[in-house]
Amino acid sequence: MAGPVQSIERAAAILRLLAGGPRRLGLGEVASSLGLAKGTAHGILRTLQHVDFVEQDEATGKYQLGAALLHLGTSYLDVNELRSRSINWADALAARSGEAVRLGTPLEGQVLVIHHVFRPDDTLQTLDVGALLPLHASSLGKVLLAFGAASLDPPSEDGLAAYTRHTLVTPEDIDRELAGIRELGWGAEVQEMSMGDAGIAAPIRGHGGLVVGAIGLSGPVERICDPRGRPLPALTALLREAARAISRDLGAARW
Amino acid sequence: MVERYVMSIDQGTTSTRCILFDHRGRLCSVAQREHQQHFPRPGWVEHDAVEIWRNLQRIVPEALAGAGVDPAQIAAIGIANQRETTVLWDRRTGAPLGRAIVWQDTRTAPLVDELRDRPGDEFFLDRCGLPPSTYFSAPRIRWLFDRVEGLEQRARDGEVLFGTMESWLIWNLTGGADGGLHITDPTNASRTMLVNIRTLTWDPELMDFFGVPREMLPEIRSSAESYGEARALLPGVHITAALGDQQAALFGQTCFSPGEAKCTYGTGSFLLMNTGTDLVRSRNGLLTTVAYKIAGQPTVYALEGPMAVTGSLVQWFRDRLGMISTAPEIETLARTVEDNGGCYIVPAFSGLFAPHWRSDARGVVVGLTSYITKGHLARAVLEATAWQTREVVDAVNADSGLALKQLKVDGGMTSDNLLMQMLADVLDVPVVRPLVAETVSLGAAYAAGLAVGYWPDMEVLRRNWHRAAQWLPDMDPERREWEYESWQRAVQRSLGWIRSPGERVEKPR
Repeated sequence: MAGPVQSIERAAAILRLLAGGPRRLGLGEVASSLGLAKGTAHGILRTLQHVDFVEQDEATGKYQLGAALLHLGTSYLDVNELRSRSINWADALAARSGEAVRLGTPLEGQVLVIHHVFRPDDTLQTLDVGALLPLHASSLGKVLLAFGAASLDPPSEDGLAAYTRHTLVTPEDIDRELAGIRELGWGAEVQEMSMGDAGIAAPIRGHGGLVVGAIGLSGPVERICDPRGRPLPALTALLREAARAISRDLGAARW
Repeated sequence: MVERYVMSIDQGTTSTRCILFDHRGRLCSVAQREHQQHFPRPGWVEHDAVEIWRNLQRIVPEALAGAGVDPAQIAAIGIANQRETTVLWDRRTGAPLGRAIVWQDTRTAPLVDELRDRPGDEFFLDRCGLPPSTYFSAPRIRWLFDRVEGLEQRARDGEVLFGTMESWLIWNLTGGADGGLHITDPTNASRTMLVNIRTLTWDPELMDFFGVPREMLPEIRSSAESYGEARALLPGVHITAALGDQQAALFGQTCFSPGEAKCTYGTGSFLLMNTGTDLVRSRNGLLTTVAYKIAGQPTVYALEGPMAVTGSLVQWFRDRLGMISTAPEIETLARTVEDNGGCYIVPAFSGLFAPHWRSDARGVVVGLTSYITKGHLARAVLEATAWQTREVVDAVNADSGLALKQLKVDGGMTSDNLLMQMLADVLDVPVVRPLVAETVSLGAAYAAGLAVGYWPDMEVLRRNWHRAAQWLPDMDPERREWEYESWQRAVQRSLGWIRSPGERVEKPR
């Protein structure tokens, strides 16, 4: 096993130091209190500032703990914020794919639809923002499960609901499916919630790569999949591009 | 074949954006940068025109890189801009003479009050279609002339140029002090109070009245035609459109037929209805304005209802009150309660715009009780935008003799689902959002692309419009009326707050 990571230990020490007193501290004070070179302390402080764990006072340049630390236990991205940050990319995805786009976040063991862009064919469609989808039978839900943003409740006596004969209901099937999604970086649902429909989804990541939601598109199975029931590569490419663009916007570095 | 794109530059009140669109009107790349808002005194709002030009220099390459496109693939550049914001600069050095005075700035209020007394609203309405207001540019030029030593003479000597933001950016893009084009378009020029609304030329009587010399005014060109090549940033690419941002949004929403209307929800909100080639004079507090002028075609007019403070009320709630940390969180907070709890906010921060036009109004929060929480206030903030829209829609219906059948919406606030539902509820018509929420940018791109044949005609543009979301009315009519009356009573309480110095309010006996 690898030993402790020095820079994380130092970061923790800086946070403890800042938490220790009511006063803001300057760079020099932080460095000398912990016996660090100024450059080292500065680099760590800048990184902590970047993830909002530390704030710098504009006038004095001194540091204090950031507001994000206070919310660490209940860490979440406001869903309305997520919609607002995604809206252009979701529109572009609907325009390019010709299909309806939805964004989902986990809510109490289900998927909450937080944004919905109509299929751009001007047919009558109803906005279903606020609707709840099952985690195990929707592409948005399966992606949230695969990347640890949601978890399935321990199965009740009845087990998971089977919406169609394609719905995955056994723990083994679901585990295998989620492992596949993690490997591919996106997930699909083919006639698992209702016959004739299919959907694909990809994770949206925030700071540090944490998955905060999923974006997906859905439509009739013959438009989403090839004749053998596999999602069309052109659509998954567009989807992943949109997911990456939103993630970059939210501060995820590598995706 | 190499794909080509149209570049749209939206120089807005809080930021400048550069967006690339493809043939189907789809957004391919966005780059954006905010600029600083300067509030040197209460009621004053200024921007640094140099900062805005520098921001543009940064975002244009970013937008190109974002789509992996090189400048040769740009078919044309279109510009949309915050309107009425006034920049004066030195013709020789290119340096702005002070900061730009922003459309929200109310420093000219005393002058405007005088104008409304003498020569009175009619004098102006007859000529430029606008009542005197702190909103428009000409009073700002007069204000500067009266306070900056020697400025008026320098302007008469041709040393000083005036422009709104599109003029400033086009001048810089086409060479600046070294032969830059000093031009504007009718949608922008018609908001100065210096243009004859029928002829679309600088009006000698109005110029005389404000003492603004012709030498400092830009040439008025069509909203869509080739103005010339850029020399900076994208050398050789033609700049082919300029539209005020709200007219650009009307164009982007493809409201090309009389009776079609849109409302853009941003810092302020602006409802415009296309009235065709007829110039409709409002009897209900709306503005008559130019919708667009395409080279070789008749001018198309619009009725406009501007609301000064809508999104900026949310920003105030966030930045000045600190109730939320991001603007979208207003929806989260507002949804913590069922209704407004009897609380109303009238955001008359710089007086009230359409349909009231009262510069003596100031903001009020009414109906406060110990029951009211931040959730109720958040709801009242959003409702303020919905009710202001209702007042404008009532005026538009009365002026046009038509009942609005649906409202096309766009702008940043359309990501707020609660607000969009409120709008459908209080207007009692469906509210629809198009697939491209960035209609200001899209409109500038459409106009620019039409001018170079990137798109063959307006019908093609119409077919690019698709519905992305729709909200249907779902409010009990009695409750709607009750709430509307409460809002109107709240508005009454905001009026007459500002007094001129020395004025005393008589105590009731």
